Amino acid sequence: MNAVTRPLLAVEGLCVDYHVRVDGRRERLHAVSDVSFELTRGQSLGIVGESGSGKSSIARALLRLVPAASGRAYFEGRDLLQLTGRELRQLRGDLQLIFQDPLASLDPRMSVANSVAEPLRAFEPGLSAAERRARSTAMLEAVGLSATQLHRLPHEFSGGQAQRIAIARALITRPRLLVCDEPLSSLDVSIKSQIANLLMQLQGELDLSMLFISHDLGAVRFACSRVLVLYLGRVMELADREQIFRAARHPYTRALLQAAPAPTPRLARARGRPQLSGEIPSALAPPSGCVFRTRCPYAIERCARERPALRALGDSLVACHRAEELASEPELATLAG
Amino acid sequence: MKQTLSRLMRQPMARIAAALLAAIVCAALLVPWLSPYDSYTPDFALLSHAPTLAGGHVLGTDPLGRDLLVRVMWGCRISLAIGVIATLMSVVIGVAWGAIAGYAGGTTDQLMMRVVDVLYSVPFVPLVIVLTVLFGRDLWLMFVAIGAVSWLDIARIVRGQTLSLKQREFIEAARVCGVHGAAMIRRHIVPNLLGIVIVYATLTIPTVILFEALLSFLGMGVQSPMASLGSLVADGASEMQSHPHLLIVPAAFLSGIIYAFNYLGDGLRRALDPRSHD
Amino acid sequence: MPAMSPHAPQAALPAANTQALLRLRQVRVSYRSASGEPVPVVRGVDLDLAPGEILGLAGESGCGKTQLLLSILGLNGPQAQLSGSVNYRGRELLGLRAAQLNAVRGARIAMVFQDPVTALNPYLRIGTQLIEVLRSHAKVSGQQARERACEMLEAVQIGDARRRLSQYPHELSGGMRQRVVIAMALMASPEILLADEPTTALDVTVQAQILSLLRQLCERHGIAVLLVTHDMGVIAELADRVALMYAGRIVEQAPVDPIFDHPLHPYSEALQECVPRLDGPPPRRLASIPGAPPDPAALPSGCAFAPRCAYRLPVCDERTPELLQATALHWKACHYEGPLGRLRDDTT
Repeated sequence: MNAVTRPLLAVEGLCVDYHVRVDGRRERLHAVSDVSFELTRGQSLGIVGESGSGKSSIARALLRLVPAASGRAYFEGRDLLQLTGRELRQLRGDLQLIFQDPLASLDPRMSVANSVAEPLRAFEPGLSAAERRARSTAMLEAVGLSATQLHRLPHEFSGGQAQRIAIARALITRPRLLVCDEPLSSLDVSIKSQIANLLMQLQGELDLSMLFISHDLGAVRFACSRVLVLYLGRVMELADREQIFRAARHPYTRALLQAAPAPTPRLARARGRPQLSGEIPSALAPPSGCVFRTRCPYAIERCARERPALRALGDSLVACHRAEELASEPELATLAG
Repeated sequence: MKQTLSRLMRQPMARIAAALLAAIVCAALLVPWLSPYDSYTPDFALLSHAPTLAGGHVLGTDPLGRDLLVRVMWGCRISLAIGVIATLMSVVIGVAWGAIAGYAGGTTDQLMMRVVDVLYSVPFVPLVIVLTVLFGRDLWLMFVAIGAVSWLDIARIVRGQTLSLKQREFIEAARVCGVHGAAMIRRHIVPNLLGIVIVYATLTIPTVILFEALLSFLGMGVQSPMASLGSLVADGASEMQSHPHLLIVPAAFLSGIIYAFNYLGDGLRRALDPRSHD
Repeated sequence: MPAMSPHAPQAALPAANTQALLRLRQVRVSYRSASGEPVPVVRGVDLDLAPGEILGLAGESGCGKTQLLLSILGLNGPQAQLSGSVNYRGRELLGLRAAQLNAVRGARIAMVFQDPVTALNPYLRIGTQLIEVLRSHAKVSGQQARERACEMLEAVQIGDARRRLSQYPHELSGGMRQRVVIAMALMASPEILLADEPTTALDVTVQAQILSLLRQLCERHGIAVLLVTHDMGVIAELADRVALMYAGRIVEQAPVDPIFDHPLHPYSEALQECVPRLDGPPPRRLASIPGAPPDPAALPSGCAFAPRCAYRLPVCDERTPELLQATALHWKACHYEGPLGRLRDDTT
């Protein structure tokens, strides 16, 4: 592998476990199991799935906010999961995170100017207070806020403005990888697209790579060139955007697309009843074989026995025993429209 | 902060408490300075004189002929000083101890909190008696003794709050921004604890004052001729039958101060709690 | 363009349903701010709900949609000041005392809240909670109430209903809990269901199931639903008719198809354009509305949407537009009379 094509981030076999208490007993919950993907420079990868699918756990494990049980995550050749204290803190300037609820992610007692300058204190300790001030003012203006609002506290801002502040803070150290954990979910419709546009614009300007975690398929389609579909901690499908939205291979991907709210009432009526019944099972007691089989309309006996491996099918990676048969079912492939 | 103050001042009881406290503090500072009498010089012509407007001794005199008003004001000064200084000490120790234990977690937390548990179990009054016997009666000993006990409560409260703060997203966000260790505690944890600490400190001051009064009443507090409200009440109690004003006046000031701090603390708690709409 | 007539929303209802079940007139809700000024959150809303219809009340957070919903049953809380008229089958509900309202609450008009976790008491069995609803409104035996509870759980498609009755809320998944909450609302056979963001806390796959369930229940039991949501997708899935709110007023009202096919209010058009679609070529930019919804304590003069509007006219800053009839079933509150479509042009 030469230097040009080497990915910025290569995750191999990532597993994240949590210890939980069930009726007084300590049990191991597999939140993320054997997840692998690559992210090249300037690319954005969408991670979609229902709540409880382990999307946020991937983000938190990569940023070392929760420990990974096993696996590797090479960021420019260095394994993020092996870094120790000082090395990790130095690298954090390159890896930043945007949270779902911007107001909760800002210190309620710290002025916006200080919050935005916070990463500079840690990663560029040589800067003077005036330089820090200048950098944070410039950054806040870049995300569309005025310098007159610098001394206010977070609660004086609306959700959309607060998310702009959080974006300014995440980007002030010019990171190379930005992880967005549901960055639009807590925002109003009219604000959502402002923030999505801003993120895309900044991504282009700063040559950022992005992990974009969302349950909003429309936003993922807008923001990401590649999409990873996660169910109960396992990768169901990984493919380019066009492939996912035009010809999804996995029954779960199709079900997700079909369940997304239709843009008009005519399309909603044309589509009819939802296909997918039931809900995501508890990660404490995952089904045997394929984890999706309990809700899959195409499950066969083999699915309970044998866990499908993630394998190449055309341009996609799919974990389904019946992916070839289903690919030829045309009425399913067009459900997304 | 401005908002909290305005919410505080919109509560009538808190307003009365603040006014009362301000009046007592001003009087304690001004009266001994303005009065022609001082608190040490006895006037053997006027022993245990009843309050009168005519003689100049507005609140009468004590059994040694000293002006009671001036002595009570000195007592207020000492009691308030002990209350405030001992509380400040306990806040500094308690916040540092609790925040470090809560933020560090794990074994450090366990060890630090067990120390608190052990200190809690020390019988306090006998300990002070032993200390006074060993080192003699000393105002500084009072500060140390009281401060050493009252920080335990604050440490426990602060640790609990820190544990829940640690779960908040902005702390996680700060970690991603490279903040760690002491900087995290100083910049993010402590400022977010201040509200509850201020409330608790306001409620600790009267406890400390009462505690000092108890020690003085038992004869282990400030040494004569210096006076605190506690020692004045103790002196007054012995003359209760013949000269009730010697008990009533310092007791009234003591109650006034305790009342004011309690209502102020309660008002602050309400003002800081966004859910309560007074 | 049909002749403009003064506002008379009865005419906006389908001809067969001229008798409204619930009739709101000039409903206003305001709160007292920290400085003591009244802050209006609902500013004179007229709304009719016909028997058996699903009326979607849409708008962004802070537009007053939830406050309007709460005002129907007087649930706004002690700080709120209400005025206007809420008429249910000829009976005025606004201003009734709590004791009188309780006969209506739950029994004739039931409510489903957003969060199924907080709507259920964690310490009581599902069965107990279901039965409680019924027995507080009707004299029925324990056995009858139990039968009814089973029936309702089956109606909301919860399998193994008898066993579920003895379970606690934490033993159920999020979607199951919301089904139980809906079953609870249906226990006393209400005529009207007020649903406040009933699917917002749920995943899309579960949301699709619950929306489909609500539609079936509505058709089978003839219940009228007033559905509050911020999600135009939910409106498209479920509503028969839509009232769109902005800054405490209704700005557009029509059956669901015209609203989506030919929106008449710029806000309505913009909201629809903001939602990224899953078909067509991926957009390079998403359409968005500049700025943010106004603070109810500092509303702009004239039309509240004017500062964010792509079709703003000088008159918009001076006069608040009235909700007027534009076509037979379509009402709008906007001074602009020209064609919309500017936002669509921007993105392609």
